[in-house]
Amino acid sequence: MSQQETELTLEELKHLVTNRAIEGDTMVLNMGPQHPSTHGVLRLLLELDGERIIRCIPDIGFLHTGIEKNMEAKSFEKVLVMTDRMDYMNNLGYNLAYCLAVEKLVDLDVPPRAQVVRVIMTELQRIASHLVFIGTHALDLAAISVFWYTFREREIILDVLEMCSGQRMMTSYFRPGGLWRDVPDEFEDAVREILRTFPKRIQQYEDLLTHNPLYMDRTKGIGVIPAEKALSWGVTGPPLRATGIPFDVRKMQPYSGYEQYDFDVPVGTNGDTYDRYIMRIEEMRQSLRIIEQGINNLPPGRFRSDNRKFVPPPRSELGHSMEAVIHHFKLWTEGFSAPKGDVYVPVESPRGVLGCFLVGDGGPNPYRVHFRTPSFANLQVLSKIAVGHLVADIVAIISSLDPVLGDVDR
Amino acid sequence: MNLLETVVDKLRKEFGEGVQPLEEFRGETKVNVDPSLIVPVCTFLHEDSDFSFNFLMALTCVDYWPQEPRFTVAYQLYSQKNNIILGLRAYLPGSDPGISTIESVYPNANWHEREVYDMFGITFEGHSDLRRILMPHDWEGHPQRKDYPLGYEEVQFSYNFDEIDQRKKYARE
Repeated sequence: MSQQETELTLEELKHLVTNRAIEGDTMVLNMGPQHPSTHGVLRLLLELDGERIIRCIPDIGFLHTGIEKNMEAKSFEKVLVMTDRMDYMNNLGYNLAYCLAVEKLVDLDVPPRAQVVRVIMTELQRIASHLVFIGTHALDLAAISVFWYTFREREIILDVLEMCSGQRMMTSYFRPGGLWRDVPDEFEDAVREILRTFPKRIQQYEDLLTHNPLYMDRTKGIGVIPAEKALSWGVTGPPLRATGIPFDVRKMQPYSGYEQYDFDVPVGTNGDTYDRYIMRIEEMRQSLRIIEQGINNLPPGRFRSDNRKFVPPPRSELGHSMEAVIHHFKLWTEGFSAPKGDVYVPVESPRGVLGCFLVGDGGPNPYRVHFRTPSFANLQVLSKIAVGHLVADIVAIISSLDPVLGDVDR
Repeated sequence: MNLLETVVDKLRKEFGEGVQPLEEFRGETKVNVDPSLIVPVCTFLHEDSDFSFNFLMALTCVDYWPQEPRFTVAYQLYSQKNNIILGLRAYLPGSDPGISTIESVYPNANWHEREVYDMFGITFEGHSDLRRILMPHDWEGHPQRKDYPLGYEEVQFSYNFDEIDQRKKYARE
């Protein structure tokens, strides 16, 4: 097949562009997939009238690696490792969604200590993710200095993740039934140090951006999502809350004991790019509140369930317990089996509703895993809100939706 | 009687045999919807002021090959007003599977249905833009079907190197 035939032609897209593009009156411009401000490999086809965007057609799939298909060929324990690789800014959130789905499917308990550690860790990850958002968002609008500050603090958080899981990013720390191992002794001091220093650091980012006239000019009134359409367009997370709808899965459908924590859901008013930035700043403050309550009430006890049919026994027992050896052997050769049925578990990721749809067929492998990923759902709105803006604005709009392309394409 | 049971009751009154409640599993309420009724059922759930399921949370598909009916299209609807999730399931046959699009009720179904079309080959009738979304546009086959192999690189040894090399696909031109 020649190169010519494999290219997408305007003829195939004619239902998505205006007639003026077919006549050659307007220009269809290709942006990406290799473009520094598309946050990965996102390709956009922009129909332009001068500098104005008339139509925007996102083209995704460049990072599709068939993760969902691959998961079907692995046991429940092994699938967990692949959940890290989808959204590389929110690894723990994906571990959590998957673990909650498995625990629901096989009806497995999680001890209170593990639940609190899970909450602390996912909130730390949420802050780290929002830091990347603020840094790269400002970078796209040519404010480079913010990036250096946010990545400095992100590294401190990633150090805590490494301390617990051994990895900065691909953590695989949560396991069905609890955690891979207990948090180390230094964990509490490290988290308290973050709690002590962080409010000042957030103020620093705000000093750089929140009242910066250049930043406000570039973001206010840009890419407005109307509140009445937001949910029907599938928008969730900070872009939805920026429109004024207080929808947060942590409040609406609490999981991992979120109902015990006292925190607010910040909402905006205009639903524009600026409000989405404000949402993330406020959410970082709320996450700090949750972490503080968690670390103050970290209960002692087991860090994973002692249901040996699903959770491996501790290494120390293998020397003197025959049952422990049998369970260990069984879990690490075959894995555990799940009953027939399907479950759907939504959680709140930094980008929006992350849903894990898990189907069991009685065997040791998941029959089907589907992730309702927030980036995929949120990116869809781009073609609706980019219309009418200038080419320079689309960079601000993309980054304000904060898509992670690994999460979009899976 | 909780609210979800009321929803199912009302659906049964409205649509009769077209809607069958499925066995509750782990506290999730699901109903089986006749594929021809998917748009009226979704419209009903969306418009009814008592329930107002205003958010399509997820849309996906499961392939039960070689069983019949082969495909299950799974919808998760969320009602912001009542804070409840209802699962809809539609069973489709293995040959020429097709179902109406619910884009007119939930506009965000657009990309989700495209993904299901791409991965499972299910045609959504009336869809405004039914193209492949994740795979390249000229790809053959639907990768997440169970009869579609995962695919591996064949290991070449010295005795069969040339033989495998012959049928390997290279970008020759």
